[in-house]
Amino acid sequence: MPKTIQEINAKIKAGKAVVLDAEEMVQAVKDMGLKAAAEQVDVVTTGTFSPMCSSGMLFNFGQEPPTIKASSVSLNSIPAYGGLAAVDAYLGATELPKDDPLNKVYPGQFKYGGGHVIEDLVAGKAVRLKAKGYGTDCYPRRELEKQVTLAELPYAQLLNPRNGYQSYNVAVNLGSKLIYTYMGPIKAKLRNANYATSGCLSPLFNDPLFKTIGLGTKIFLGGGVGWVLGAGTQHNPAPKRTERGIPLSAAGTLMVRGDMKGMTARYLRGVSFVGYGCSLAVGLGIPIPILNEEMAYYTSVSDADIPMPVKDYSQDYPQGVPRVLKHVTYAELKSGSIEVEGKQVPAVPLTSWVLSKEIAQTLKQWIQGGQFTLTEAQELLPAG
Amino acid sequence: MMADCLKGYRKIVILTFPPEVSGNPVVCVISKKYDISFSILQAQITPRKEGHMTLELCGPEENYKQAMAYLQEQGVRITPAAETVSRDDDSCVHCGMCTAMCPNDSLTLDPVTRRVVFDSDRCTACGMCTRVCPVKAMHADVDMEQLQ
Ligand code: SF4
Ligand code: SF4
Repeated sequence: MPKTIQEINAKIKAGKAVVLDAEEMVQAVKDMGLKAAAEQVDVVTTGTFSPMCSSGMLFNFGQEPPTIKASSVSLNSIPAYGGLAAVDAYLGATELPKDDPLNKVYPGQFKYGGGHVIEDLVAGKAVRLKAKGYGTDCYPRRELEKQVTLAELPYAQLLNPRNGYQSYNVAVNLGSKLIYTYMGPIKAKLRNANYATSGCLSPLFNDPLFKTIGLGTKIFLGGGVGWVLGAGTQHNPAPKRTERGIPLSAAGTLMVRGDMKGMTARYLRGVSFVGYGCSLAVGLGIPIPILNEEMAYYTSVSDADIPMPVKDYSQDYPQGVPRVLKHVTYAELKSGSIEVEGKQVPAVPLTSWVLSKEIAQTLKQWIQGGQFTLTEAQELLPAG
Repeated sequence: MMADCLKGYRKIVILTFPPEVSGNPVVCVISKKYDISFSILQAQITPRKEGHMTLELCGPEENYKQAMAYLQEQGVRITPAAETVSRDDDSCVHCGMCTAMCPNDSLTLDPVTRRVVFDSDRCTACGMCTRVCPVKAMHADVDMEQLQ
């Protein structure tokens, strides 16, 4: 018997919903079979905690008369985009201070960037706001400088144009020198293979054809509540897929937002990638309603069902060569070593499994506790 | 807290200058000629006019070696300072990135718990992890007692 989201919500409110995290669901389907699992399980929770560069914060810092039309804005010397209304601005996670030495002394350290400002704000720290305007009749002020905390900002939303990539490359280095990438340092001649995503816990692997996720899906974001706004940048609706719908390359993405005032620094961390730049590690979890056997099947995806493409980051990736050296499963990666070109290569994660699991478990508790109900997507993510 | 090294190799050394060699010009030479950046962590002159300076040096490894050879030629005694590397457990997110770079298996991923385990007994304070950890959870500190 298929269920509706309304029926699941009624169970959640009555404290009777059966909720499993996506790792537990793999075992549940093995144990009781698809049919029984579809009947008994109401919601499967997913989670991931990984650097997600396309993240940022849309904020308003309020007027302090005389008013200002701020055209240049920075927080802790990290420039924010001020080409919006008077005291609105957007701060991107990878933004760096104007005087950062970058990679001039290679490899650069990139100690503090937009992602760190977001972490500081969510941690309750005050940051230095500087704004400049050119002065108009209605906004005469030219300069504004003050300390602000998240609580003092009238509006601060995390607004991430691309999060939660469905699958990702496994980065190796076939070249002869160490390279510093957004996948971390990759040693020469196949001495490590760095990979991301949280495998069977990963949100978009559990609903690979986007049957339930779309505009209006309520999610766990940065420790608070957030929303899916739709497909993110670079969303590929129609990649090559395995029989169970898992893409063979990086495919679906999400655009998400959420009120930063409900978030915690445990799940929003500014990160510095030596030789590459700054970013923000984002905690993201999506509840998947088990409406029918089909959704029970999708959410039973195991690490062994997830093939990920191994790519060379010394030549191929920077030159745009689409060569895939091979596919390895997430289970192989998790075993700690993969075979590439006849060589055993240590597999090194960038996504924290520990925090991904913690997020899936937290979301599970929220739902079990009746304080988090599911929403119906108003427009599903495009799938081909 | 140490300054971060921008150029790869990083060492903390104690230099002892005989009375006839003054510290500052020599240190300036290694900075200019060998492109080694330094920060002075401690400096003192003993009653016998011997100078002691604890320096954190950063630069390409090859240049570092040449600079040390130069100092020795100048009659400067070089003692490496003991360093310890520690982890801020509240900050570590157990991503695993550092495990690729640790040369001594002092940072390893527990295959069952998926937590990154730090075994300080195996650590040689090479400083690799302090450079690559994306959340800067690994810290290098000089053993100050040794410097007293
Ligand atoms: S790289 Fe840093 S955060 Fe990641 S596991 Fe190592 S110490 Fe922890
Ligand atoms: S300092 Fe070097 S040996 Fe010690 S844990 Fe870090 S990388 Fe490993």
